[in-house]
Amino acid sequence: MKHIKSILLLVVVALLPLSSFASEEKKEGGEGINIPEIVLEHLADAYEWHICSYEGKHLSIPLPIIVRSSATGEWTFCTEHSLPQNFFFNQEKHGKIYENMPDGTVERPLDLSITKSVAQIWIVVAILITIFLSCARWYKKHDCKQEAPSGFVGCMEMLVMMIHDDVAKALVGEAYYRRYAPYLMTVFFFIFTTNLVGLIPIFPGGGNVTGNINITFFLAICTMIAVNFNGNKEYWKEIFWPEVPLFLKAYPAPLIPVIELVGIFTKPFALMVRLFANMMAGHAVILSFTCIIFLGWSMGTAYGIGLNLFSGLMLLFMNLVEVLVAFVQAYVFTLLSAVFIGLSRPAHHHAE
Amino acid sequence: MISSLLLDGIAAMGCGLGAGLATIGAGLGIGKIGGNAMDAIARQPEASSTIMTNMILTAAFVEGVALFAVVACAFLIK
Repeated sequence: MKHIKSILLLVVVALLPLSSFASEEKKEGGEGINIPEIVLEHLADAYEWHICSYEGKHLSIPLPIIVRSSATGEWTFCTEHSLPQNFFFNQEKHGKIYENMPDGTVERPLDLSITKSVAQIWIVVAILITIFLSCARWYKKHDCKQEAPSGFVGCMEMLVMMIHDDVAKALVGEAYYRRYAPYLMTVFFFIFTTNLVGLIPIFPGGGNVTGNINITFFLAICTMIAVNFNGNKEYWKEIFWPEVPLFLKAYPAPLIPVIELVGIFTKPFALMVRLFANMMAGHAVILSFTCIIFLGWSMGTAYGIGLNLFSGLMLLFMNLVEVLVAFVQAYVFTLLSAVFIGLSRPAHHHAE
Repeated sequence: MISSLLLDGIAAMGCGLGAGLATIGAGLGIGKIGGNAMDAIARQPEASSTIMTNMILTAAFVEGVALFAVVACAFLIK
C-alpha cells in the first residue's frame, strides 16, 4: 500500500461523473449535435475561413472570390457576403458558386477563388520559404566543411540530408539523382508541413489540404510527369516489349504490355489515394473525438465530465499518432516517387 | 416499394461490409509485420532501429491498400 494516496485519488477522479447524477436537471429544447455534418464541414473546402461560433453567431474570415461569368465574360472580385446578383451558392452541388444564365439554366463559371485550401497552401509556402531561406543564410556565413550547424539549422540539415542521401541518391541512382533531388525534397517538405499544419486546431492552421483528393491528384500527376517524360528507351522497351516468353507478350494476347501500361497509371493513383485516405481518415477521427465532447455536454453534466475526460485522453493519443502518420505519409510518398523515378531509367541489362 | 427499400438497404450493407472486411485484412497484415519485426528484434537487438524503421514503412503500405477499400466504400454510400 505504498501508493495508497495516488490510488485513492485516481478512484475519486474516475467516479466524479457519478456524483453529478444527483444534481442533474433535464435540458429541453436543444436539437442534438449532428456529428457527421460537422466533421464533413471541417474536411471540405469553403469560401470563408470559419474560426468559431457562439450561440448562433459565427466568426469567420471572408476569403476573396474570383469568378469569371460565362454569360458576359467579365471578372468579379468579391467576398461571399457581397456576391453579385447573377451568382448564387448552389446547395445541391455542395455550395459551389453557380450562375443564373439569361436563358434560365444554371452553369458553373470559371472559378479561381482563393478558398480555404488555397489560403492554407499559401500559409504553408510562407512557412517553408521562411524556414529554408533562414537556414540557407547560416550556410552562407559559415564554412560547412569546417563546422556543423546546431539547433534548428542542424535539425533541418538532418532532414534534408536524410531525403537527399537515403531517398534520392540511393533510389534514383548516382547518375541522375541531381535532377530529381529538388523535386523530391520539395514534395517531402510540402506534404510534411501541410500535414502538420492541418493538425493545429485554430487559424492559421487547421485547413484540410492533403485530405483533399484534388491536391493529392496534382502531386501524383507531378510524379507521373517526372517518371514518364524522363523515361529512356529502355524504360519504354521494358513496358511494351519486355524480355518474357512470346506467348505472354504477343500471341495470343499482349498480356504483359497491357498490364505494364495500366501500371503506368495505377502507381500514381495508389500514391494519390494512400495520402488522401490516410490524411482524411486521421482528420475525421480527431474531429469526431472533439465533437463527442460537445455531444456529452449537451446530454447533461455527468455525461459531459465523463466524455470530456475520455475524449481528452483519446485526442491526446490520436494527435500524437497523427504527427507520426504525417511524417510517415510524406516519407512514403517521397520514397515511392524516388523508386518510380529510379525505375524510369533502368540500367541496360540482358542475358548476353 | 419494399423491394427498392430492400435494395437500398442491401447496397448500404454492402458498403459497410466492404469497409469492415478491408479493415480485417489491414489488421492481419500489420499484425503479421509487427510480429515478424518483434522476432527479428529478439534475434538481434542491436539492429532494432533499422527493423523498426522498415516495419513502420511496410505498415504504411499495407494501411494504404486497406484505405483504398474504405475510400471506395465511403464514396458508394449515398
